[in-house]
Amino acid sequence: MSYLTTFTKGIIKENPVLVMLLGMCPSLAMTSSVKNAVGMGLAATFVLLGSNVVISLLKNVIPKQVRLPSFIVIIAGFVTLIGFILQRYLPDLYAAMGVFLSLIVVNCIILARAEAFASKNNVAASALDALGMGLGFTLALTAISTVREILGAGTWLGLPVTKNFIEPMAFFVTPAGGFFVFGILVAVVNILTKYQISRKKLGCEGCKGGCAGCGASAQDQEKGETQE
Amino acid sequence: MKEMMIILVSAILVDNFVLSKFMGCCPFLGVSKKVGSAFGMSVAVTFVMLMATAVTYPIYMLLLEPNGLQYMQTIVFILVIALFVQLVEIILKRFVPSLYKALGVYLALITTNCAVLGVTLLNITNEYNFAQSMVNALGAGLGFMLAMMLFSGVRQKLETCNIPKAFQGVPVTLVAASIVSMTFVGFGGIVEGMFG
Repeated sequence: MSYLTTFTKGIIKENPVLVMLLGMCPSLAMTSSVKNAVGMGLAATFVLLGSNVVISLLKNVIPKQVRLPSFIVIIAGFVTLIGFILQRYLPDLYAAMGVFLSLIVVNCIILARAEAFASKNNVAASALDALGMGLGFTLALTAISTVREILGAGTWLGLPVTKNFIEPMAFFVTPAGGFFVFGILVAVVNILTKYQISRKKLGCEGCKGGCAGCGASAQDQEKGETQE
Repeated sequence: MKEMMIILVSAILVDNFVLSKFMGCCPFLGVSKKVGSAFGMSVAVTFVMLMATAVTYPIYMLLLEPNGLQYMQTIVFILVIALFVQLVEIILKRFVPSLYKALGVYLALITTNCAVLGVTLLNITNEYNFAQSMVNALGAGLGFMLAMMLFSGVRQKLETCNIPKAFQGVPVTLVAASIVSMTFVGFGGIVEGMFG
């Protein structure tokens, strides 16, 4: 795979949220406003980039048997770091993200990329992969939150859009609205990808072994790709 | 006692972990296809939540806080949970093989279940004491179980429905989750009504 496709595949073709269906919790919880969604996306991208680079550098040092715990510790380190940065420079966002900032640790996307990509590729490719996946994650979150914020609050990034002439439908900013909008968007992507998602199994059942196992299933996909 | 009941009821119904905090969506959407496996998963999650709280809370209060290491909580908690899940797996396998057989598959899934890490972190953020933390963990687990059981019932009905092609699989599951989640909005204010 060329470096360009390594970077671009995460944005559309293998979008981690809308196509691979990883990292559902933050995609639902942090998308009630565009500001939070972008913040979450960028924070996760930072962690993804950091962990992918470090794991790819250490791939020959970490013994295979303890690789998952080692990955989690590296990821948790970067999560703590971004926590400090946000607390210092963007305290509002830090407060809005609350416990979900810490929960980036258990975001399947990051562990899946570590296992499926960074532990097998060189630093440059891993960094590009992280940026592509991170961008795809951020874009998907932005798309979901755009729909939710415009319909639910009549604003976009806090700026009034339809607020003044249409009564906002508060349903869309509630948790129920999150599931609903996400479901509709996945259905749209499903049509665009020619019903790829209908054939896909959901969540942990699909990845046989929890989100840690998401790595393993993503790994199989990766293998298929390299063979191509 | 009243306070405990408030924490328990709000964790189960009002602030349901899955449906209003979006924690543990992965197993909620993934393992809810059959009522049996949904039940097994929820029992395992409740068990691990209680034990993880029992272990992480003293670690935070006795080790991290006195030494000013609060910022280490994410790293320490996730490691403790990962180790703990392994330990439970080994112990169950050795001493209670029947329970291990029933829960075995689900135990491994739990390490990366964000509801478990979430509940341990929220106990600290909400400044609960030890007993309150345990009650909160129990409530979170029972709430997870309630959501899983209800949703697996809904999903079994969905099996026999004629669903438009674009919605087959994941999308219709999410839309169904949305409706289940909407019903839980109705519990808002119930705590004030019951105990207020």
